[in-house]
Amino acid sequence: MPSTHDWINNPLGVVPSLNDVPLHYLKPNSLVRFRCLIQDMFDPEFYMGAYETVDPSTKVLRCGKYKDVTECGVDLNSRNTVTAERQTFYCVPIPGENPWVKEISFSLAGSSQARVVPSTSYVPSRQKRSYEEDDDMDTQPQKQREPHTGMSPQSHTEPHGNGDCKRQETEAPSSQTTSASHLDLNFPLPGEKGPSCLVKVYEDWDSFKLNDTLEVYGILSVSPALSALAEEKDASSSLLDPAECMETAEEQRVHSPPASLVPRLHMIYAKPLPHCNPLLPSAALEDNSAFLSSTLSEMASVRTELLAYLTHVLLGDALAAEYLILHLISSVYARRDVLPLGKFTLNVSGCPTVASYTERLYQIIQQLVPCSYRLSMSLQNMNQLRLVPKKDYVANRLVSGALQLARNTSLFLDETQLEQGQLDTTGVRNITALGNLISWQKVDYDFNYHQMEFPCNINVLIASEGRSLLPSDCQVHLQPQVAPPQMEEYLSAIHMHPQASSQLNKFRLYLSLARTLDYSISDEVTKAVEDDFVDMRKDDPQSISAEDFHRLLVVARLLSLSLGQTSLSRDSWMRAKHIETLRRSRTEQQQQCVNGNEP
Amino acid sequence: MSSPTSTPGRKRARTDNPSTPSNDAATSPPSQRRRGQDSSTGELPPMPTSPATDMLSPAVPQDTSLFSSPRHSVLPSEVDMSSPLIGVRGTPARQRPDLGSVRKAPQVDLHSDLPNDDGAAVSDGQNAGQRLVIWGTDVNVGTCKEKFQRFLQRFIDPNSTEDENAGLDLNEPLYMQKLEEISVVGDPVLNVNCGHVQSFDAELYRQLICYPQEVIPTFDMAVNELFFERFPDSILEHQIQVRPYNALKTRNMRSLNPEDIDQLITISGMVIRTSQLIPEMQEAFFQCQVCAYNTRVEVDRGRIAEPAVCRNCNTTHSLALIHNRSVFSDKQMIKVQESPEDMPAGQTPHTTVVYAHNDLVDKVQPGDRVNITGIYRAVPMRVNPRQSNVKSVYKTHIDAIHFRKTDEKRLHRLDEEAEQKLFTEDRVQTLKELAAKPDVYERLSSALAPSIYEHEDIKKGILLQLFGGTRKDFSQTGRGNFRAEINILLCGDPGTSKSQLLQYVFNLVPRGQYTSGKGSSAVGLTAYVMKDPETRQLVLQTGALVLSDNGICCIDEFDKMSDNTRSVLHEVMEQQTLSIAKAGIICQLNARTSILAAANPVESQWNPKKTTIENIQLPHTLLSRFDLIFLMLDPQDEAYDRRLAHHLVSLYYQSEEQLEEEFLDMTVLKDYIAYARTYINPRLNEEASQALIEAYVDMRKIGSGRGMVSAYPRQLESLIRLAEAHAKVRFSDKVETIDVEEAKRLHREALKQSATDPRTGFVDISILTTGMSATARKRKEEVAQALKKLIQAKGKTPAMKYQQLFDDLRGQSETAITKELFEEALRALADEDYLTVTGKTVRLLA
Repeated sequence: MPSTHDWINNPLGVVPSLNDVPLHYLKPNSLVRFRCLIQDMFDPEFYMGAYETVDPSTKVLRCGKYKDVTECGVDLNSRNTVTAERQTFYCVPIPGENPWVKEISFSLAGSSQARVVPSTSYVPSRQKRSYEEDDDMDTQPQKQREPHTGMSPQSHTEPHGNGDCKRQETEAPSSQTTSASHLDLNFPLPGEKGPSCLVKVYEDWDSFKLNDTLEVYGILSVSPALSALAEEKDASSSLLDPAECMETAEEQRVHSPPASLVPRLHMIYAKPLPHCNPLLPSAALEDNSAFLSSTLSEMASVRTELLAYLTHVLLGDALAAEYLILHLISSVYARRDVLPLGKFTLNVSGCPTVASYTERLYQIIQQLVPCSYRLSMSLQNMNQLRLVPKKDYVANRLVSGALQLARNTSLFLDETQLEQGQLDTTGVRNITALGNLISWQKVDYDFNYHQMEFPCNINVLIASEGRSLLPSDCQVHLQPQVAPPQMEEYLSAIHMHPQASSQLNKFRLYLSLARTLDYSISDEVTKAVEDDFVDMRKDDPQSISAEDFHRLLVVARLLSLSLGQTSLSRDSWMRAKHIETLRRSRTEQQQQCVNGNEP
Repeated sequence: MSSPTSTPGRKRARTDNPSTPSNDAATSPPSQRRRGQDSSTGELPPMPTSPATDMLSPAVPQDTSLFSSPRHSVLPSEVDMSSPLIGVRGTPARQRPDLGSVRKAPQVDLHSDLPNDDGAAVSDGQNAGQRLVIWGTDVNVGTCKEKFQRFLQRFIDPNSTEDENAGLDLNEPLYMQKLEEISVVGDPVLNVNCGHVQSFDAELYRQLICYPQEVIPTFDMAVNELFFERFPDSILEHQIQVRPYNALKTRNMRSLNPEDIDQLITISGMVIRTSQLIPEMQEAFFQCQVCAYNTRVEVDRGRIAEPAVCRNCNTTHSLALIHNRSVFSDKQMIKVQESPEDMPAGQTPHTTVVYAHNDLVDKVQPGDRVNITGIYRAVPMRVNPRQSNVKSVYKTHIDAIHFRKTDEKRLHRLDEEAEQKLFTEDRVQTLKELAAKPDVYERLSSALAPSIYEHEDIKKGILLQLFGGTRKDFSQTGRGNFRAEINILLCGDPGTSKSQLLQYVFNLVPRGQYTSGKGSSAVGLTAYVMKDPETRQLVLQTGALVLSDNGICCIDEFDKMSDNTRSVLHEVMEQQTLSIAKAGIICQLNARTSILAAANPVESQWNPKKTTIENIQLPHTLLSRFDLIFLMLDPQDEAYDRRLAHHLVSLYYQSEEQLEEEFLDMTVLKDYIAYARTYINPRLNEEASQALIEAYVDMRKIGSGRGMVSAYPRQLESLIRLAEAHAKVRFSDKVETIDVEEAKRLHREALKQSATDPRTGFVDISILTTGMSATARKRKEEVAQALKKLIQAKGKTPAMKYQQLFDDLRGQSETAITKELFEEALRALADEDYLTVTGKTVRLLA
């Protein structure tokens, strides 16, 4: 395993990231980066691309690009004013990003940020200070910017020196959380934290799509003037100009939230993130052949280790572990008209209900994949959660739902939590949405007057006791090798083996890499596969249907990839057939066993 | 364009003469006093070219309430656009807030700008040899007016298809007839199709698009002159206003950009929100508290300059605003969202704010699809006097001049929407070329869902369903509309890609709905009444069937649907309407939808020993409403398997490009269908009708030999529809024998698959129409007779044990008698009033 720092020669790594560094440590109008998901797209806006100042003595043409607020008075009548267009995206941190991703990307950037952070922590505060003082408003902007910290304690600390007081003020976390509570930041998943950003895009915004994951490099704008403008408007403008008050209060709140909460980021460059695993270089793999070849050779051995680990986790069931690996590296790689290819939804049935097994299983998965979310399918959740994003026309925004996820996010559906009871309308809709997600890898966003289909690429893993009520590509019935009485003990022991982090990192890298590999199939093997199918059908037409064959092809593909092979070999094909047979016989056994018990 | 840029910056430089209205008020009556927006002609002499124009040279002392410095010696003259006529009795002018009111005129710094203004305007004028133009434009009021009058008097469009022109003589000047209409009806609005203007005078059109704010008032002026010349005695509510529409620069909301600011645009979209009515003050009425002297002040940039001194008695601060004598205009904010069709995939729709004024208020409702013609505006964010920094963003909106609902006509006539969809010449050419190919039918059907293997006949059936039959109207003779939609049911083993086929169709058609029988209730399919939380009004919300009017409703898991839900389909599938009586709302909605349903067999695997009805357990009344019922089964033979395997493997491993070469593009297919549905209405020719008659008679004959009826009139109708659809596929206006042949073939194929009596192997339509094959019915009768004999043989026992009787009958009969059969026999006898069954005993009657 190469050291994770070896390939970070990325000069852009020096740029502080909004994901890691708290907003108040960052210098306004400086270059920052932000790893995010495009949650909503607002309407394009026209801005002054160039304008002239009003003061005749200093009449110069200024550039309005990459800024929210103009400097000095603007000569609105100047002929030189240029109107330009830009687009605003509402971006949130990648939903369901697991803690280890944050830690590692922080530590990777750490070498540079270690230098940056302490300095910025002081510099910007002084900057801000002076900025405000220049603004000649000694109380006004502060009141607006810090409405929650309370003025009195601050004025007490004032004499202790500028720097200290600033630190205290800016560090106060309460200010963030309290204000966040009455401003819904619209994260897709409940309980998410982190800054959301209004990203202003200056060119080529048509190339971005909703739910794209990006790393945005841009100029941070947290000008207090922005929120000041908004607040003032709230208070006084309603009578002055009917045109402006027509934007509803909600819309105002959503489209121009206080900059201290939702900073503006003026995009200079955006790097699309095909994955958000910090261990894997984000540059295209072809450019990194050395890295690729070294890791590819290791893949088979890492796979064995991972298989052993997962077998252990899955109560000694090696077959289920095999399928879990296939599931974890699956990804929709193409679509043929409506049919998504490469998806591999796994239903692990027969999960023990004792000792919150599913929860532990999820925790393990969380350790392995960059993004994941566990949806407990309790009746209450199904009836109440908003899974499908919905357009709110009052506030003119897309209210997010739990299914608005980045590509390759692992969605863990815990069906063991489901109990008997009545599903209401929302519940039925939610179940339908999950079904659509699994079958077609798409989510129909609710636009009130119509629905709009957004394709997605989410790995769905269903843990259930019996066969899941949701469709799935493949069902594996768990056969625990652990006797029920020892289950408790065994389960608690799983966590007693905290994998060495280097080991975990290997697994993480392995899973992300296997997913990005190319795959092909040679003509000979194609022929062999076809013959095989015909033969199988000849013996017993019932033994394999077209659907089974579909699945077999996917399994073969994933199996090859999991071994680091980029084309299908005869061996892998046989192996795929073998594990499929094992799985099917197990499922049949299980069914017979259920039927046998029933009458 | 004569002006260098068309940014708000340019606009801002336009002089707006701030002569105080109170001065005007003293000199001119209110109706003539209103100024024409911010269009002033700089310091040019009054215009000689427009004699009827009321020229106001405000030689009044410059009241400089807004400017601290006295004005230069320039006296701008104004063209009063909104009240051009003197001596028009009884017809007041009316402000046009839609063209932008003075309110929006930006502040002018006279110091810096005036010299510039002079230069520009004068040079403009000089170059053109004293040709006077409105400042900032190249519009000469006189010429423009003349041109427009000429247009009104001469424009003829003999090929007009617009329904607005219905009833007009197409060979007479179109707009003169419309003026005549106005004089009769009294609705002082003249809608002008910009396309007509363009074809008549491209230059005028260009001016209209580029300077709507100046040109439209000129048009108003022109049309009013013309109108009152012709109809001097008419009295209208207010002067005629010209409403241009269909500016050819029709755009999608996404493509609006800064260049469009202040231009006339037409965009299409869907209304998503409307605000309440906003009264906007146009003119404030002040009265002096001391001497009761009245004065009027016009709203200037959204503000009212309250006169500080009464001009009559010189008291300061004595004037009070009298609300109910002030003049207000109506205004409404409308939010419009891009229509879903215009959007690129993976993006969210854009929205635009539209302001509607006066009588356009409340013209549209949320949910309406509209084409809006209006002027695109960008207003800088309000400058905060206390802050030197402003947000460098403009607010944009559209001042609506004309609304045109795109889906309005759908209620009355069909295919209006499809007509909106314009096909370019090239496209039509490609489509026609495609249609001319002899194998177009095969080509199209193989292009349908290429990822699904084979099932050629099913794909053909679905293809015909997509095209549909010809709509026939028999309402004159009382039968109403004949169904033109083709309904198809697919049933078969699970995992035979039925759902995938449904998904494909759903994605292909513009008005498709996809529901699953499991998840939908009767309400979700039809319509339900909801209380709007805001207005407390009852609102009718339409369900999937109504939403897919003129489209296809795909229903998956048809068998899982509750009976209750299925029952609503009866009406939809034959009458093509939905009747609703709920919460005091009684109505009948159109649901001219084709239904494509998929059902799984009851026993999860198709039982070849049972009939279709027995396999899917659907009421036969419903089944008979399907034109085609296909079975999707695994054929299970080696050659098929090999092809299937190859297909699947290549599906997974072929590159995208390779696949695309093989098949028709989905968009071509879409266009092809849309074109055929819109323009092709095939009718039966003589031979075809003969062929149909023969086919029908043959079908009846097949059965008659064995005492069965194998065809009903419904099947004949199905045949006709299929034949028509096939003719549409060929882009043929005539249904010919080949169409009938294919319809027959397909119908037979479908029958063979679904209506074969498993006991005899014959095609028997009565399986579908009565739910039972003729042999089964015969057998039932036999059992009943045998049972009757048995009972009679028992002698005069008034009551018997049920189980006993069953055993007896079983012992007596040679063939196996199932419990169901026995019960059916009992029921048959009970129907004859021979016996009754109560619990476990059977009693004889009489």
